[in-house]
Amino acid sequence: MSKADDTAQKIPRDSLIGRRIPKLDGPERATGRTVYIHDLVRPRMLHGAICRTDRIHAKILSVNTARARSLPGVKTVITAADIENVPFGHGRDNYALKGDKVTCQRDEIAAVAAETEEIAREACRLIEVEYEDLPPVFDAHEALKPGAPVIHEKRGDNVPFRYDYAHGDVEAAEQESDVVLEDTFHLQFVTHCCMGSSGILAEFDARGNLTLWSLTQVPFLYQRDMSRIVGIPPEKIRVIQTTIGGGFGSKLDIYPFEPIAVHLARAAGRPVRLLFNRREEFIASPTRQPTEIKLRCGAKKDGTLTFRDAHLIHDNGGRTSWGATTPFVMMHCFSSLYRVPNVRFHTTVVNTNNPYSGSMRGYGNLQATFAVESQLDRLAEELGIEPLELRLKNSLEQGETTGQGMYLETCGQRECLETATSSAGWAEKHGRMLAPEPHLKRGIGLASMVHVGGGAKIYHSDGCGTILKADDYANFTLLTGSSEIGQGSETVLAMIVAEVLGVPLDRIKVINDDTAVTPWDVGVHASRTTFVAGNSAKGAAEKARAKLLSAAAELLDLPADQLDIRRGQVVRAEDGEVLIELGKVIRKLHFSKKFETVITEHYYEPSSKMQDREFKGNVSPTYAFGTHVVEVEVDTETGVVRPLKVTAAHDVGRVLNRLGIEGQVEGGVAMGLGYGLTEELQVHEGRVQNPDFRDYKLITAPEMPEVEMHFIETNAPEGPFGAKGVGEAPAICVAPALANAVYDATGIRLRRLPLNPERVLLSLRAGREVLPEEMP
Amino acid sequence: MPAEIEISCVINGELVKARVQPAERLVDLLRERLGLKGTKTGCEEGDCGACTVLVDGVAVNSCLFPAVEAAGRAVTTIEGLQGTNGELHPAVKAFVELGAVQCGFCTPGMILRAWAFVGENPNPTEDQIRRSVEGNICRCTGYVKIIDAVRRLVDEGVER
Repeated sequence: MSKADDTAQKIPRDSLIGRRIPKLDGPERATGRTVYIHDLVRPRMLHGAICRTDRIHAKILSVNTARARSLPGVKTVITAADIENVPFGHGRDNYALKGDKVTCQRDEIAAVAAETEEIAREACRLIEVEYEDLPPVFDAHEALKPGAPVIHEKRGDNVPFRYDYAHGDVEAAEQESDVVLEDTFHLQFVTHCCMGSSGILAEFDARGNLTLWSLTQVPFLYQRDMSRIVGIPPEKIRVIQTTIGGGFGSKLDIYPFEPIAVHLARAAGRPVRLLFNRREEFIASPTRQPTEIKLRCGAKKDGTLTFRDAHLIHDNGGRTSWGATTPFVMMHCFSSLYRVPNVRFHTTVVNTNNPYSGSMRGYGNLQATFAVESQLDRLAEELGIEPLELRLKNSLEQGETTGQGMYLETCGQRECLETATSSAGWAEKHGRMLAPEPHLKRGIGLASMVHVGGGAKIYHSDGCGTILKADDYANFTLLTGSSEIGQGSETVLAMIVAEVLGVPLDRIKVINDDTAVTPWDVGVHASRTTFVAGNSAKGAAEKARAKLLSAAAELLDLPADQLDIRRGQVVRAEDGEVLIELGKVIRKLHFSKKFETVITEHYYEPSSKMQDREFKGNVSPTYAFGTHVVEVEVDTETGVVRPLKVTAAHDVGRVLNRLGIEGQVEGGVAMGLGYGLTEELQVHEGRVQNPDFRDYKLITAPEMPEVEMHFIETNAPEGPFGAKGVGEAPAICVAPALANAVYDATGIRLRRLPLNPERVLLSLRAGREVLPEEMP
Repeated sequence: MPAEIEISCVINGELVKARVQPAERLVDLLRERLGLKGTKTGCEEGDCGACTVLVDGVAVNSCLFPAVEAAGRAVTTIEGLQGTNGELHPAVKAFVELGAVQCGFCTPGMILRAWAFVGENPNPTEDQIRRSVEGNICRCTGYVKIIDAVRRLVDEGVER
């Protein structure tokens, strides 16, 4: 096409940012082609199974595997005696196989590799274990008393960790407060319920290199940590992430089944795949940590918050995983949800013989926000100030640094509050909702949250690497260290690259599942992937764009700054006239005397800082804010609390993929409603009583209310195109808004979750909250 | 070992003959013997619906459905929902385009449940639409976009 031609093709500038882009991996998943760990088969593969204890707290005297070994089809049986048992987990109190004692229901005694899964499980049933039972302890308060059974003797007591944080002077502030309130809140065990259950496949090659097909959310930390646990140098371990059927934080730590699969594969000399069934998923995958929160707060008559004083007891269960570290995030909420000049926070993490907790979407923030936002409604009533007004009066503002040192370069808290409430009709509805039948009562409640919006710097690097490679036809392969766990990171990263390069989205292929191929990343957690991996991908794409435009400029004899790339064509920036096809520029670079290809890399490290010893510092480069308004209908004859509508406003910085961000909010709301209304892992004397979907009630489609969403675009300066992370935020402030709405409807303040019909009904009849231990 | 039973059935339009154990589940026949891995198992107790397939057009949990009961019947799995002219099948397309897929593990079963629903209910009420996938669990999406997809299929009134 001649440049002088009047009919020259012109391409207008367009943008992908903010559009509704279906997941690029959607068709593969929806047609059943995607290979999950349950579908993956390797040549000569054996099937692993785990023999778990039937005790709660006991010394192991002997393990007899003779009958299991003689079962036809069994290839290998291992016990603690057969492996080098390296302690692991955040408290270094977990082992792949337990040799000396068991401390909780899920504990692993032995493992089998066999020709079929049925044979492996049958062999596990043939393993005989002799125990000497030890006195158990199931209550964190009991476990703290002198003379309580000590679960990990080396520690001397049942307190692996304590967390203390403070800013200001709480005692002085209390003296100056006009109103002081105290409440105790109880938060239950819940669990992730990933639809794809846990699994792993371990295989050694002929040179002793280990390949793990794993569902980890943190492949590079996993490679390092697994190395230590199984005694194989990290450079000999390759982690390939099979498609993950749901994460939500459950795959952030290494759990015993993973090193067990490695030990089995090593012993058997064959690949071993080990899968959990649903019952195992309920009893042997991590939980959200149950917490008791004693919270005091104070305010001046005009509603100015004066102090917050939080004392938490944290049931850490029989061993230690990431659940023990969630106070780290809880304290963000107590210190920085609204402006509070004086804060004290103390958490005692206590071992019991209950299940142990890991990380779960929100990482402690759901528990903390439930307490803070429930109590704020009480405070508003006590002060005679409208609840929204109380929150607006204490709202954080842009440019502020919170008492904990979190610098709010942008802050949408006030706008979230105003938008969610005005859209929901708060002013007309609060205290005034009418129900269509006399036995029904309706109410409305609100709650807000603050959460990290660009990762949390808990390791020396919170970064992510990207390699971007062009082929001769202007297809681009994005190699990113970040992981797709279903949330849509693959799509949003491809969008970012396509946006920068000016090529169609279908020209971008994303590789994000193999430590042998992709650059380092710290993992999927802390709502960091869009922000951190997005900035990394953007940096690599900008370098590639600069190189391509410079090559095109030379070919066209035009200044690079007068050129642009649109829909895979190099165009004149001014009017969009097509000058040369991008693939041709790449081929000219490649096959001309330059002999260059287009491969760029970028490592992005956020500007955040690790917190100091007092837990202070700007731990994330940006912070996400959100407000949820929930309307409910309470049936006073059945105790059923029915959510009618959720109006959500989230400061997301900027919307990148509108379809994806809506999915995050809707999914988070569903998880938050489950937490508030139906979900509880019922643990009695250390044993899970409801390890199935019949008795562990998730929210299903008919219960899901309308979700109205508003996105507040504050344009985070450091975010990719201004975006903040949003993965965890929508789950966080659902439950307190629910409880506040139930109070508005009924006048009953419920401080314990879930708000299930039985307890709501008894509480309505009693005219006060009835706790589970008081129930018949 | 109990005697095997020879059955013939039509799976995704093809005649299949198989010798099955009396207690064998349809999901095992599909996944383990025929390699139709698009059918997922989420609980193996009939609670989650991930293993949903169609038997003579009716959605069933294949983890509870005896393989022997498939004799003489037509079974459709997600692999059998083929589109025409290189397009995705309308039900698959609706789920993908409307954002009803996140981790994807529940998706094949969810799509088959939705497809059976619109076949059986050409003019459903809003309440019926909201209950269309109540036997299937999704942990990722919050169901809003799944129901959007069902509604689109109802509105399209797809010919079959």
